[in-house]
Amino acid sequence: MSELLDLNLVEASKALKNKEISSLELTKAYLKSISDTSSLGAYLEIVEDKAISMAKVSDKKLIDGKARPLEGIPLGIKDMFCTKDIKTTASSKILENFIPTYESTVTQNLWNDGAVILGKLSCDEFAMGSSNETAAKGNVINPWLKNKKMSPGGSSGGSAAAVAARSALAATGTDTGGSIRQPAAFCGITGLKPTYGRCSRWGIVAFSSSLDQAGPLTRTVSDAALMLNSMAGYDQKDSTSANLKMPDLMDYLDKGIKGKKIGIPKEYTQDGISEDIVKFYEKSIDWLKDEGAEIIPVSLPHTKYALPAYYIIAPAEASSNLARYDGVRYGARQEASSLDEMYELTRGNGFGDEVKRRIMIGTYVLSSGYYDAYYLKAQKVRRLIKEDFENVYKKVDYILTPSTPTTSFELGKKQDPLTMYLNDIFTVPASLAGLPGISLPVGLDNSGLPIGIQLIANSFDEPGLISTASVLEKCAGFNFIADGAAK
Amino acid sequence: MLNKDIIVDVPTVNKIARLSRLDIPEVNKESLTNDLNNILGFVAQLDEVDTSNVEPLASVTGHKLPLRSDDVNDGNIEDLVLKNAPESSSGFFVVPKVIE
Repeated sequence: MSELLDLNLVEASKALKNKEISSLELTKAYLKSISDTSSLGAYLEIVEDKAISMAKVSDKKLIDGKARPLEGIPLGIKDMFCTKDIKTTASSKILENFIPTYESTVTQNLWNDGAVILGKLSCDEFAMGSSNETAAKGNVINPWLKNKKMSPGGSSGGSAAAVAARSALAATGTDTGGSIRQPAAFCGITGLKPTYGRCSRWGIVAFSSSLDQAGPLTRTVSDAALMLNSMAGYDQKDSTSANLKMPDLMDYLDKGIKGKKIGIPKEYTQDGISEDIVKFYEKSIDWLKDEGAEIIPVSLPHTKYALPAYYIIAPAEASSNLARYDGVRYGARQEASSLDEMYELTRGNGFGDEVKRRIMIGTYVLSSGYYDAYYLKAQKVRRLIKEDFENVYKKVDYILTPSTPTTSFELGKKQDPLTMYLNDIFTVPASLAGLPGISLPVGLDNSGLPIGIQLIANSFDEPGLISTASVLEKCAGFNFIADGAAK
Repeated sequence: MLNKDIIVDVPTVNKIARLSRLDIPEVNKESLTNDLNNILGFVAQLDEVDTSNVEPLASVTGHKLPLRSDDVNDGNIEDLVLKNAPESSSGFFVVPKVIE
């Protein structure tokens, strides 16, 4: 069993194609590991029968020599992706019984390429959170220092925990302000947020539509490349989908970075960042320099304003998107004598506290008299943030930053919403600018928790991002396995 | 970080809750008001930025919203549309009485 779990996605795919293993035994190994690690709470729904039947179909394709790119690979899916006939709740009470009658484009792309679904993964409610604690069914536990009950990060906390715990070979996530990269950093795995428009948003539960982007959470950079190859693609059903072909990312691994220019923004080494993270950030800079990259200090002067702009724009869009949960067309309904009262009770009862806070903030900043001062102002600052990046990319190819200011924290310790928001300080700027970013593990801090480093590339330069990340990954040689992982 | 300025008071929170169609229990109103003031105080930092000649940015895609021809491309899925409705009847969503 253990040998099967030891294989990363690329290795498992090779072993499947060489008929050394079957998808059925691989899928069964993962189903067992889901049950072995169930105390982490990563899965909301396990679809064993469907997994077995998909694995059997894959085995037939493999035998017939008709294997597709992800043939027979068992995946976990964040509960933000609508999956046909499989409950999709976005970790919210208001959707506790919602069974989509359609499949999201991204997950359909994965099944078309032969992947196998294991189940649906927990996340913060409607992907609003950075610790997985806003999930209606309770938090997920980080498999690192399992007994200390650390946060897996969020919002894709279930996805990151499952990949780190080896209860999914890879997982999908969504990232609005850091929801793939921050949990990946906390759980010692790789998380990639593509350029806005690279993956279709169709069939993904909408949070903040100008920011939401799907991406993979995986063990390695090459696994992320293989996953994104299948997830990405133009989709007519998403008006913001980019009609641009992405080259095969597997061709960009281990290409070296000689002569590439790496920007080091001075605004990302502020007070409050942990010493161990600074140490590994400096190490990462040295590694890239040793590989022949040119290190260039740069400035992104509006960085400080990214988080305040984000906490106007994202709640504004969320308040509008979440207006659809009215107890009429789908979702739980609270009975009442009038329509308005039914709306209020349904929404008051169905949404958790953080979601309510964001709807309230969003409604306030969009309301008459405040729209210009808050919403329009934030959109103007967003342009300045985007221009900061555009100016820097005239001088450098990639930007290197820490992924998070601290490593994971104990669950239940951060009660104040604002303190929680500061987790995303290094991931939000690239989100506002729509740029692709990847977090990869480079080491452990003095308490044994993983540290993530982020690379940010220019729009649609996922090939370069993968290429550079694969070099950094090799230098870091991170090969630790979480103590709470399936054996 | 914790701005103690009062930007919204309880009556304003009541108004926003009403606009948001959210029932907020009376006991939660004070802490919610406090949270909202902290968040609004934090985002108020944007006032420091000079945006006098800056156009607002609503979308990062850089492409124009595509149009498709106005053709019916699906349909006859009434049962699927109603499948998740809390209450439906004769092909309609059912809501509490709106007109007396």
